[in-house]
Amino acid sequence: MSPFLAVVRRDLLIARRQGGGSLLAVAFFVMVAALFPFAVGADPATLRRVAPGVIWVSALLATLLSLDRLFQADFEDGSLDVLALSPQPLFFTVLAKVLAHWLVVGLPLAVASPLVGILLNLPVEAFPVLVAATLIGTPALSLVGAIGAALTAGIRRGGVLVPLLVLPLYIPTLIFGVAATADPAHAAEPLMLLGAVSLVSLVLAPLASAAALRLALE
Amino acid sequence: MPNAGIIGLTVDHLTCRRGEHEVFAGLSCSVHPGDVLYLRGPNGAGKSSLLRILAGFIAPAAGAVGWEGEDVAIDPLAHRSRLHYVGHLDTLKPVLTAAENLRTQAAMLDEQADVETALRRFGLDNLRDLPARFLSAGQRRRLALARLVAVARPLWLLDEPTVALDAASVERLETLVAEHRDTGGMAVIATHTDMNLPGAYTLELEGRQRVPAP
Repeated sequence: MSPFLAVVRRDLLIARRQGGGSLLAVAFFVMVAALFPFAVGADPATLRRVAPGVIWVSALLATLLSLDRLFQADFEDGSLDVLALSPQPLFFTVLAKVLAHWLVVGLPLAVASPLVGILLNLPVEAFPVLVAATLIGTPALSLVGAIGAALTAGIRRGGVLVPLLVLPLYIPTLIFGVAATADPAHAAEPLMLLGAVSLVSLVLAPLASAAALRLALE
Repeated sequence: MPNAGIIGLTVDHLTCRRGEHEVFAGLSCSVHPGDVLYLRGPNGAGKSSLLRILAGFIAPAAGAVGWEGEDVAIDPLAHRSRLHYVGHLDTLKPVLTAAENLRTQAAMLDEQADVETALRRFGLDNLRDLPARFLSAGQRRRLALARLVAVARPLWLLDEPTVALDAASVERLETLVAEHRDTGGMAVIATHTDMNLPGAYTLELEGRQRVPAP
């Protein structure tokens, strides 16, 4: 087993043993979205209009929920030292941890997104695009989130800083995700841009996170 | 100056600065295959900092760490792949069992890891399926040290490895260090207690205590 897969399997095993990671994110996602009919009124036309935005904002917040512990837990118990001695560049170690995070949080959110679509009266024809958009967009959320998680890994109570660091960087994903979901007939262009955001994050976010983790190792 | 032909680890005029404070300066020493180097000195003398510099976690403010005559900063990945660092923290996940903790760590460090031997050597066989949160401080320590056996690497950097260990476990560790030396391994050990390791060298770190003026 390559060190990359070893890190992925380790984080999945820890998530499974700790329990609740996926369930918590999905429950939070559904609950936040379910608040909106109470807040803006149950008028189907209004809900249909706000649905894409609400779904994406809820997905961003649900991703943030678990991000602060991504590296902090390993920093606190010293595991970060062991991760750093893995015979692969820190870039790939970070990427492996992000992949595990996406499998635990991002993927279940994408799967659960039609449920939230139903709650918010999203047109049925938008569901395939919604699932595609969340599948393409959530990797960027985990990747960019890792930068914030790495920067705050060594700071006590640093978790509260993660949303402040990360939410502004989520705006491109939010814009293109909502654009695709709101207009399923013309979703190709925003979906491609959403994919571009994820691909750029795939290259830059592990670099930035690895640099931040090196500071945490000092 | 680092030269080709030098075998082992060399420390060349190393200066360590933490924030504004200079911890030590101009430190030189070398560790050859089969050597054990004790780091001794008062609290705050820089023993842990030196170990983290040797591990490549901290960049020295001046000077260099060399391996086989070459500055380790040239290829940090190769350096990190040849060493073990066991610090104060136990590096254990409370939700995983003892065996799972060691197996996951070893798999990240090397594809061919011998987890079973490592558990046996540290007397952790019968605790293998116990979640790490139920282990005592000494058992946690042994489990953290077990990766030294599970994954073979030539350079061991140990920061007070005997803390919380009982006499029998200290003896086990001494035996392992001796075997490690026999195969050409090296160990740098920061410690306040005496370990039974014949022929070990000692590096005294002075510590620059800031004494207030009378």
